[in-house]
Formats: sequence, structure tokens, C-alpha cells
Amino acid sequence: MVDLPFIWAGLIAFAVLAYVLLDGFDLGIGILFPFLKDRDERHLAMNTIAPVWDGNETWLVLGGGGLFAVFPLAYAIVMPALYPLIIAMLLGLIFRGVAFEFVHRTKRLQGFWEFGFWGGSLIATISQGMALGALVQGIAVDGRAYGGGNWDWATPFSVLTAVALVVGYALLGATWLILKTESETMKRARSFAWPLGIGLLALIGAVSLATPFLRPEYLERWFGWPSGLWSAIVPLLMVFAIWHLWKGLRDHDHLRPFLATVAIFVFSFVGLGVSFYPNIVPPSVTINEAAAPDSSLLFLLVGAAVLIPMILAYTAYSYWVFRGKVRPGDGYH
Amino acid sequence: MEASITAIDLARFQFAFTISAHIIFPAFSIGLASYLMVLNGLWLKTRDDAYLRLFDYWKTIFAVVFGMGVVSGIVMSYQIGTNWSVFSDKTGPVLGPLMGYEVLSAFFLEAGFLGIMLFGRERVGDRLHMAATTIVALGTLMSAFWILSVNSWMQTPQGYSVNDVGQFVPEDWWAIVFNPSFPYRLVHMVLAAYLTTAFVVGAVGAWHLLRSPDSRSSGIMFSMAMWMALIATPIQIVAGDLHGINTLEHQPAKIAAMEGHFESYPEGRAPLILFGIPDDETGVVNYQISVPLLGSLILTHTLDTPILGLDAFPEDQRPQSAMIFWTFRIMVAVGFAMLGIGLWSAWARLKGRLYSAHWLHRAAVVMGPSGFLAVLCGWITTEVGRQPFTVYGVLRTSESAAPLQADAVGASLVAFIVVYFFVFGSGTFYVLRLMSKRPKNKINIDDIGPTMAAPAASNPKSVKSKTGRGNHG
Repeated sequence: MVDLPFIWAGLIAFAVLAYVLLDGFDLGIGILFPFLKDRDERHLAMNTIAPVWDGNETWLVLGGGGLFAVFPLAYAIVMPALYPLIIAMLLGLIFRGVAFEFVHRTKRLQGFWEFGFWGGSLIATISQGMALGALVQGIAVDGRAYGGGNWDWATPFSVLTAVALVVGYALLGATWLILKTESETMKRARSFAWPLGIGLLALIGAVSLATPFLRPEYLERWFGWPSGLWSAIVPLLMVFAIWHLWKGLRDHDHLRPFLATVAIFVFSFVGLGVSFYPNIVPPSVTINEAAAPDSSLLFLLVGAAVLIPMILAYTAYSYWVFRGKVRPGDGYH
Repeated sequence: MEASITAIDLARFQFAFTISAHIIFPAFSIGLASYLMVLNGLWLKTRDDAYLRLFDYWKTIFAVVFGMGVVSGIVMSYQIGTNWSVFSDKTGPVLGPLMGYEVLSAFFLEAGFLGIMLFGRERVGDRLHMAATTIVALGTLMSAFWILSVNSWMQTPQGYSVNDVGQFVPEDWWAIVFNPSFPYRLVHMVLAAYLTTAFVVGAVGAWHLLRSPDSRSSGIMFSMAMWMALIATPIQIVAGDLHGINTLEHQPAKIAAMEGHFESYPEGRAPLILFGIPDDETGVVNYQISVPLLGSLILTHTLDTPILGLDAFPEDQRPQSAMIFWTFRIMVAVGFAMLGIGLWSAWARLKGRLYSAHWLHRAAVVMGPSGFLAVLCGWITTEVGRQPFTVYGVLRTSESAAPLQADAVGASLVAFIVVYFFVFGSGTFYVLRLMSKRPKNKINIDDIGPTMAAPAASNPKSVKSKTGRGNHG
């Protein structure tokens, strides 16, 4: 018998990772908004993501909806536990999402919606970063429900992960701009990428050092024997990605800094997975406990097996259609 | 105890508010996506510029509306967890996969091809652009399919068992997806979306015909909208009637509350209460005006089939009548007003006065938002009529909510209300402003700026002749 909950845990993790990578550079561009030169450059940056942001955000719906479908218990515990963060994220995403159209629909309030694009992106990122920190720290569970208070998620560690995610998304955004723009804007993006890259490494280092000491099982996972040996692969891969980022930025490569940043995110994500497994809601709810009955998992898996490859194919096609550098005046507005 | 009751009330109000705000956008974008597909198809077939102009005109409006639909929809997919976590835990195994299919087969499809539809015509060519436009329209319909299956299962649940931790466990997926009320609800809602769009398009066309009677593109959209009104409204009325009969079979208490039937009619011969003020406390419809026998005829299509009143149900299983008695009547009234417009337009068309019948145009402008009113009233009727259950007859609303504090729900409710009114209010304003401009040639002198202004002045006539109206329709 195949282990359906395990397959689904992998698929949900994939959806979350896809979201983080894809909407990460969208949100990163929002975060960088105030640092761009002028309105034209901001709109140019926005146009690089206008055709794809909606598809990118859909991975968040798959992450949430998928959790509801296949791990309803985890969904039912985590959502109330992170209540204010989820609400703040949703409100932030509203301002971010409508800005794509609204900035072109008004002259008088254009600055306001640009501000909303920045603020919305920033708030959504901070909320996601704090949610991540709160999850890693562990969620209090009482029976089949959340057992903690309204403010359990607000800790120094979750502030640290929030800052790390803001810097990380900003780096994704900056390297995306290196890939998608030319001349002045590209140079500016590269000048952002250097300090962001260094900052991100410092923050990842701080999070990595703090994590094993949050819970004894994390410490065992990372420094125990022989599990620590396997876990050590992750930091080694990370060094490899960092080297590519440094080299890509130094050689004025257009694509490599973005791919290297993606790799840094992927390896960080794998590192989180190492800490989490076999829990889905640390410290006490396992993948198996939270899983829906097999009839639910199988029914959706049949569709996912057919549809997810199709989604990846047409998403890739859409990126291919809009490939290349974006120039001022592109887009239909 | 007091506090937890308040938290549930607030959570209910929050859900009602956010989903009401949300449904406005899909009700419009489902129809508009199909309309854009038709317009683009007509442009490719006839190469008549008017269709391309209309496509670009409605495309811009679609982009704004769709964006608002996306961001308000994401709120829904998370709010089920934040405010209704017990419901999520219990129904997740059944409803989750249906929503999962909605994401996989509809949301990604729409999002993946929306960019090409909006920005990609020059990049991919007409043929693939048409394919993308068609796929977006299909995606909106797929989305309607799955989410209405979800809602219908909550109304008429079947195909499940309950496990030892109280979760609904799927036993028969076919029975779950195609539960008894689903086909009726799907047809009723898709037609409602088409009619909503038709009346918005018709109102915009009529508005511009009133101001500049020669506008050909305004004439085209008005004519197309009126065909839709004429053809789809009667079908919708029949579909609504069948939906009602289905509800009578599966949720008789809801029908009793909608009709203000506090007492049963064991021998049939129920009157139709046209108007009145139902009082749930005393079980009387005050100030009522009723037509004898008509209630039975409409509900059962017979005179003597027994009809259950609210008194046939235990007190803790009755929905309240006061609100849905009225929302139902408003929906039906709007439906018949739509029928009236459709027939009026047919008459004007026969007389050859479709483009010059000013009173028809004025009436069509007034009816522009009518679809939204009918959709909201219809949904309030069916959702409030499902109470006091979230899953009808099986899971109570009072046992579905998350263990939340009233202050947390209250604070988020205030935040949602403020943000929604501001953001979606602004969006609605922008949409109305876009609609207030006439569809124009693709190359617009004012938009492109001073570099194009000088040469354009040399030949204003050629631009004008294109906007002269032909004998469309």
C-alpha cells in the first residue's frame, strides 16, 4: 500500500515552496518599490510580473485549500493559531493584488495605490515570515483544536524569521529584476542584490543557529548521530548556492543570481522540512494523524497526478510567452 | 458562554459580509469571460473592428473585476479555517478535495491563461490568443461547477459516513459531487451570472446609445445583451421553479420559511403570500396580502399535495422567516422585471426601434445592477434558509465555529469592512468610470500623447465613419 499521507505531505510542501518562490519575487518587487528611482521604473518593475502574479498567488490557494482537503486537522489547528497573521496577510494581499489594475485607473490616487502595493507586499511578507517562525516554534494543541492564546505567535524568533523573509523576498525580487530589465534598472537591482544577499545569509545563519535550540528534537535531528550526517548535506548545498550567487553578481550574469537565490530558498525549505518531519504541526501533530481518510487522499491524488503536470506545463508556457527583458511602455495599459 | 455566542455571531456576520462582497465579482466575471470569448470569436470571424474594440473595452473592465474576485476569493479559502475550524476539521475530507479540484482545474487555468488573454495577443497570435480566451471562460465555469457542488453538498449532503472523531468520511464520490440540489443550483447560478453580465452590458450599451445614438459598438452590445435577456430569462425562471421544487423535496423547512408558511397545509390548497411581515416570534405573517391556492400551484404544481409549514419541524431546526421571505421575493421580482425588459426589447426590435427606443434604454440603464441584487438576495435566501445548520440536518452552525474570542473576530471584522468598502468601493468606481467612456478605436489619440496628435488631426473623418452604426441585430 502506498503511503498516501506521505505523498500528500510532499505535494503540499511542493505547493508551498512553489508559492514562496513564485510569489516571493512578486512580493519582493513590492518590498523594493520605494527604492526604485521613479514612477516609470516602478511601473516597469510591476509590468515584469503583471502577466504572472495571479498564477503565482494561486499556489497559495492550493497550499491552503490543499491543507483543508488532505490535512483538515492541521488546517483546523493552524488557522486559528495564526489568526491575526492570516488576516493581516489576506488584507495585505488585497492591496497588493488590486494595485496592478488600480494604479492605471486613476491619476489622483496613483501614489496611494503604489503605496498600497508596497505596504501590502510588506505586510503579507511579514505575516508569512512570522507564521513560519510560529510554526517552527510549535503550536499548542488541545484535543482537535488550537490550545493557545491570541498572541502566542509573537516571539523574538518569529520576528527574526519575518525579517529574514522580507530580506529573502527582496533578494528574489532584485535578482528577478536583473533578469527582466536592462541598463539603469538592472544596475540598480544589482546594487540592491549585494547587501540583500549578505543580509540574507546572516539572517539564515541566525535562524539556523536558533532553530536547533527551540526544541530538543530539532537539536537531535541536526546534531545527533547519524541523522546529523544527513542533515549536514543541506548546509553544504547552501554553500554551493551562495557561491553561485556571488559569482553571478560579480560576473554581471543576468540569470544566475536569480537561480542561485531560488536554490538558497529551496535548501532553506529542505532544512525546515528536516526539522519538521514527521510532524505537520510541530511539536505534536504528525502527518499521519492530520491526514484525511484514504478515500479523500486518493480521490484528489488522481486529479493532482494529471493536473499538476499540466499546470506546470502551461505555467512554463506562460513564462515562455512573456520571456525576455521588459521595456518601458510594454504591457497593455 | 455569553462571549462565545457573540464570537459565533460575529463570525457568521464576517462570513456573510466577505462572501457577499466576493460573489459580486464572479457573478460578473463568469458571464464576462464568456462574453469576451464570443466577442473575440466574432472579431476573428468577421474582422469587423467593432468587435475588437468591444473586446478591448470589456477586457480592461474584466481585468479589474477579475483582480478583485481573486483577492476577495483568497480570503474565503482561508476564512473557513480561521473562523470555522471545527467545520473544517469535520467536513475537510469531503469538501476539501472538491475545493482542491476547483483550484487545480479552474483557478490555475484561469490564472495561467489570463496573462495571455490580457497582454499576449501580439506575442502568441490570434489563434492561440483565442484559445487562451476560451480557456479562461472555461475556467470560470469549472470554478462554478466545483464550488457549487461544495455548497450544494452542505445543503443536501449524501454519500458519506461519520468516523469516530466526528469527521465526514467520503463513501461515494459520485453521490457527493452530484448531490441532489447540485444540478439545479449550478444551472440557476450560471444563468444568473450570464444574466447579471447581460444586464450590465445592456445598461452600458443603453447609456451610450442615449448619449450618442450613432455609436455602433454601443448598439452591438445593447443588442447582444437584449438577446440574452430575452432568451435566458425565461429559461432562468423555469430553472428557478425546478430548483424550488427540489428544495421543497429536500429542505421543506427552508421553503416554509421563504413562503412565510408557519402552519402546515395538510390538504394542500396553500395560498401564495405576496407580501407581509413575517414575525418569527408569534408565527404570524402580519399585514399579509395573499392569493388563494396559488402557493400550492407554484410549489407542487398541484392543488392538494400536503405542504409542510414551520410548525412541522422542531423549534431548534427552523430557519427564520423574516429575512428570507423578503430576499426571495426581491429575487423573483427582479427576475420578472428582467423578463419584462427582454420582451420589451423583442417588441422594439420587431418594430425596428431597438436603437432609438429611449424609454427602453432608460429602463435598461436602471436594470444594470439588477443581476447583482438578484444574486445576493438568492444567496441570502438559500444560505439563511439552511440555518441552523452548516451541513443541513447534520452539523449545526453553533457547533462549527473555531474556539475564538469575540474581540479577535470583532477586530478582524472591522478590518475587513473598512478595507472592503474602501478597496472594492474604489474598484467599483473605476469600473463605472471605464464604463462611462465609449468603446473606441484601438489607437486612441488622447492616450498615446502629443507625438501622435498632429498627424491624427489631418484625417478626422475616417475615424468618425467607423463609429457610424450599421444595422446590427
